[in-house]
Amino acid sequence: MALLIRDLRIATRAGGGAGLGLAFFLMVVILVPLGVGPETQLLARIAPGVLWVGALLACLLTLDRIFALDFEDGTLDALLCAPLPLSGVVLVKSIAHWLVTGLPLTLVSPLLGVLLNLPAEGYFWLMASLLPGTLSLSVIGAFGAALTVGVRRGGLLLSLLVLPLYVPSLVFGAECASALMNVKDPTTPFILLTVITLASLAFLPVAGAAALRANLR
Amino acid sequence: MSLWEYANPVKFMRLSGAVLPWVSVLAGVSITAALFWGFFLTPDDFKQGSTVKIIFIHVPAAMLAINAWFMMLVASLIWVIRRHHVSALAARAAAPIGFVMTLVALITGAVWGQPMWGTWWAWDPRLTSFLILALFYLGYMALWEAVENPDTAADLTSVLCLVGTVFAILSRYAVNFWNQGLHQGASIGRVDAVTGADTAEKVSNVYFYPLALSILGFFLLFVMLVLLRTRTEIRVRRTSALLARERIG
Repeated sequence: MALLIRDLRIATRAGGGAGLGLAFFLMVVILVPLGVGPETQLLARIAPGVLWVGALLACLLTLDRIFALDFEDGTLDALLCAPLPLSGVVLVKSIAHWLVTGLPLTLVSPLLGVLLNLPAEGYFWLMASLLPGTLSLSVIGAFGAALTVGVRRGGLLLSLLVLPLYVPSLVFGAECASALMNVKDPTTPFILLTVITLASLAFLPVAGAAALRANLR
Repeated sequence: MSLWEYANPVKFMRLSGAVLPWVSVLAGVSITAALFWGFFLTPDDFKQGSTVKIIFIHVPAAMLAINAWFMMLVASLIWVIRRHHVSALAARAAAPIGFVMTLVALITGAVWGQPMWGTWWAWDPRLTSFLILALFYLGYMALWEAVENPDTAADLTSVLCLVGTVFAILSRYAVNFWNQGLHQGASIGRVDAVTGADTAEKVSNVYFYPLALSILGFFLLFVMLVLLRTRTEIRVRRTSALLARERIG
């Protein structure tokens, strides 16, 4: 808990990069209509997908901050000796990452949905899918960050490793968010997305801890 | 006498050195024979014409693309559990082969799909999941290259391989959910399709025998390449150990 508060405090201070993901998300959503044209029909159709891809990229952008700074200044070595198990450290850090990127993204997504002309009935499922969805993105991303923490300039490698792992979350999340427009039932993809999130929460911190241990040896 | 004896690099080198020429010759002979048989001695399909013959490369390559990953999974597990270096090196050796096989399957598929489906590429579940598999191979190889300490690299790539397997299978079913398929189902593994009860999707014996030979040949080729590359990796490891010793001395 103390670790969570510490991470949140560091992230929200100047230079912590908490607003970075949010600003990036905003930029992606503004750039898409500029790229594909302003027809409202088309924008409404692709809005859930664009918002999901935007959230995914914004999450990806801030991933290497989860462990990199703590690895450099030796905090991770101290945490390794702490009474808290290392998988707990990974879990707490991924939740902290979600609280400063995924949760704000979810909260502003309806606002950006307006920009993209998302139909009114889509908002509920958009937020409902982003809420567990971004959490799974953070947890999977923390695993990827743990793998690449020892690599200098590992940012590109990190995205190469993490992007294929994001496929299931993206597919189910975007499917859930756009289901109503395609006259489908959004609960099935929602349940599957939640399953992925919960399973990632349960297992990936252990894998991330194993990766951290190998990197800190 | 047990399989684990070959975790000893010296024994592995001796055995693989003895086996390698035989496997290579067998692989060469069976692939040459299968492709010759398949390309020149089988009739054209009445609907697909001569494009049907791409099956003799496409299907074995696709099978290997998947099985190479499973081999890497088993080798990674052995490394994680028993820490045999040969196993980690074999997993490393298999990755580029699997990647190339994935590309071969995608490219031959595109070449076949252009005249048959009228498109080089479709966002079909099978095609998409193969593209994702190629990304998994790329990430795995990139991680091996990026980490300097070989033991750390072996640890990290093993963890990636284990987690990646789960997510690769998950992606396979996720994309199934996302789009209905254009690609036909597997027909040679089904007893009905081969013995002929299900005539609609039967692979005719004319094509089946050279295909089976080709699959055998591709598997032998895979074994040969993995052995060869693992031997190279072991020699690289030995050389760097020698160099390190000289530098100290």
